[in-house]
Amino acid sequence: MTVTKEAPPAPVTAELVLRKPSTRKRLVPYWLLLPGILWLLVFFALPLVYQASTSVQTGSLEKGFEVTWHFQTYWDALTDYYPQFVRSLLYAGTATILCLLLGYPLAYLIAFKAGRWRNVVLVLVIAPFFTSFLIRTLAWKTILADGGAVVDVLNTLHVLDVTSWLGWTESNRVLATPMAVVCGLTYNFLPFMILPLYTSLERIDGRLHEAAGDLYATPATTFRKVTFPLSMPGVVSGTLLTFIPASGDYVNAELLGSTDTKMVGSVIQTQFLRVLDYPTAAALSFILMAVVLIMVTVYIRRSGTEDLV
Amino acid sequence: MPVLRWIRRNLIVIAGLLTLAYMILPNIVVMVFSFNKPNGRFNYSWQRFSLDAWKDPCGVADMCGSLSLSLQIAVWATVGATVLGTMISFALVRYRFRARGAINSLIFLPMAMPEVVMAASLLTLFLNMGAQLGFWTVLIAHIMFCLSFVVTAVKARVMSMDPRLEEAARDLYAGPVQTFLRVTLPIAAPGIAAGALLAFALSFDDFIITNFNAGSTVTFPMFVWGSAQRGTPVQINVIGTAMFIIAVMVVVVGQLIANRRKNSAR
Repeated sequence: MTVTKEAPPAPVTAELVLRKPSTRKRLVPYWLLLPGILWLLVFFALPLVYQASTSVQTGSLEKGFEVTWHFQTYWDALTDYYPQFVRSLLYAGTATILCLLLGYPLAYLIAFKAGRWRNVVLVLVIAPFFTSFLIRTLAWKTILADGGAVVDVLNTLHVLDVTSWLGWTESNRVLATPMAVVCGLTYNFLPFMILPLYTSLERIDGRLHEAAGDLYATPATTFRKVTFPLSMPGVVSGTLLTFIPASGDYVNAELLGSTDTKMVGSVIQTQFLRVLDYPTAAALSFILMAVVLIMVTVYIRRSGTEDLV
Repeated sequence: MPVLRWIRRNLIVIAGLLTLAYMILPNIVVMVFSFNKPNGRFNYSWQRFSLDAWKDPCGVADMCGSLSLSLQIAVWATVGATVLGTMISFALVRYRFRARGAINSLIFLPMAMPEVVMAASLLTLFLNMGAQLGFWTVLIAHIMFCLSFVVTAVKARVMSMDPRLEEAARDLYAGPVQTFLRVTLPIAAPGIAAGALLAFALSFDDFIITNFNAGSTVTFPMFVWGSAQRGTPVQINVIGTAMFIIAVMVVVVGQLIANRRKNSAR
C-alpha cells in the first residue's frame, strides 16, 4: 500500500524522452554501426576500389605501375584465360546441381524422417566442418587413388568407360580428371546446401502433407506441388551458397585435378603471388566478380525470391 | 518383389543415408590413415599399422607452431567479429534510420563474393599501403569476412525477440544497463554464440584469404597446403581426427546441458 505513495516519477520522464528524443539518443544506432561498418568500408569496399584502379594500370614490378586507363588488359585476360573461366562456371554449376540432388534427400530425411535421430544426423552433417577442409580434400586423393577400391568398382561396372567417352575421366583413372575436381567441389560445399534446405523444409507444416494425401495426391504429386515449392527459399539460398564460393575455388582443382582442370581462382592466385602481374590479376578477379554477380542477380529475379537478399 | 517395394518406399531415407556416407567417408579415411606408417613422404596409401604419430603429434617441424598461430588468430577474429557484428545487428533490428538498405547490402556483399576476389583486392590495398603482411593483416582480413556471418546469425535471433520483455523490465524500474545485461543479452546469447562459433570455424579453416594476405606467416591450413606439395606427415591426420572428435564432443556435451536445462525448467 505504501508502494504507490513512494513510487518515483520515472514513467513520466520516460514518456518525455519518447516524445522528444534527445540528439544523444538518436545517434545510438550510428554509434553501434560505426566500428563494424567502418571496418567493412576500409577492408572490403576500399580494396575493391584499389583493385579497380590496379586493373587499369600498366607497368612492371621494377618500374612501378601507373594508372593509364589501359582497358586492353581486360580483353587480353578474357581471351587468354577464357577456358579457365568456362571451366570454373561449368564445374561450379555441375557441383551445385549435384549438391542439390544429393543434399535434398538428406535434408528431407533430417526434417521429416529422422525423428529422435534428428540431432545425431545434424551433428554428423556439421561435424566434418571441424576437420580442416584441406585435410578432408587430401583424403579424397586416397579414396580416388589409381587402383583403389572406388576406381576398381567403377571399372567393373563399366562406369569409367562411359565417363571417359564423355571426357570426364581418362582411361581407368579418376584422380587428376574433371570428375575428381567436381567430386571434391560437391563434397566440400554440400553442407552449405543441406543446412538452408533443412531450415526451409523444417518450417513446412506436416499437416499440409496429410491434407495433400486426403485430397488423393500421390507422394510424388505431394512433393511436386507442395513440398518442393515451399522449400524454394532453401533451394535458392543453398544454390547461391554453393555456386558462388565454388566458382572462385581453386583448392579442389589444384589438389585433385591436373593442369587441364585449372580454374580461374588458380590463375588469379598465380598471377598475383607468383607472376606478380597485378593488372591482369585484378582484371581477372573483376571479371569473375561481375560474371558471378550478374548470374546471381538474374537467378534471384527468375526464382522470384527477391526478399531473400 | 517385397525387396524392391521396400526400397521404393524408403527411397528418400536410402538416398539421404548414402549422402551422409559420402560426407563422412573422408573423415573415416583421415582417421584410419592417422594409424598408418607410410612409405616415403606421402601418406596416401596404406602400408602398416602404427601408433607413432599419435605418440608424437608435434613431431613435425613447424606444424604445432602453425596450429597455435591459427588458434590465436581464430580467437581474436572471433572476439572482434562477434563484438562488431552484434553491435551492427542490434542497430539494424532495433532502430529505424536512413541508409539501412545500403548497410544491409554492404553486409550481404562479402558473403556473395568469391573468396578469391576479396583476397586479391585486400592484397592490393595492403600492397598500396605498404603494410607488412603477417599476423595483423590476416587478423584484419578474418574479422572482415567473419563479420557478415555473425551479423546474419545474431540478427535472426534478435528479430525473433519479443520487445515487450524489455518494456516489462523497464516497467519494473530496471535501468537501461540493467535491462540490457539481465534481459536483452541472455535472450540474444544463443544467436551470439552461434555467430561466434561460426566465426571461429570460418577463421580457423580459412585458406584462400589467408594465403593471399599472410606473407611468410604460416597458419595451419597453409601448412597443410604446403605439405600437399612437399610430403604429408601422418601427424596431419592425427590433428584432423582430434579436431573431429573434439567437435563431436563439444556438440554432445552442449546437447546434454541443453537437455538438462529443459528438464529442470519443467
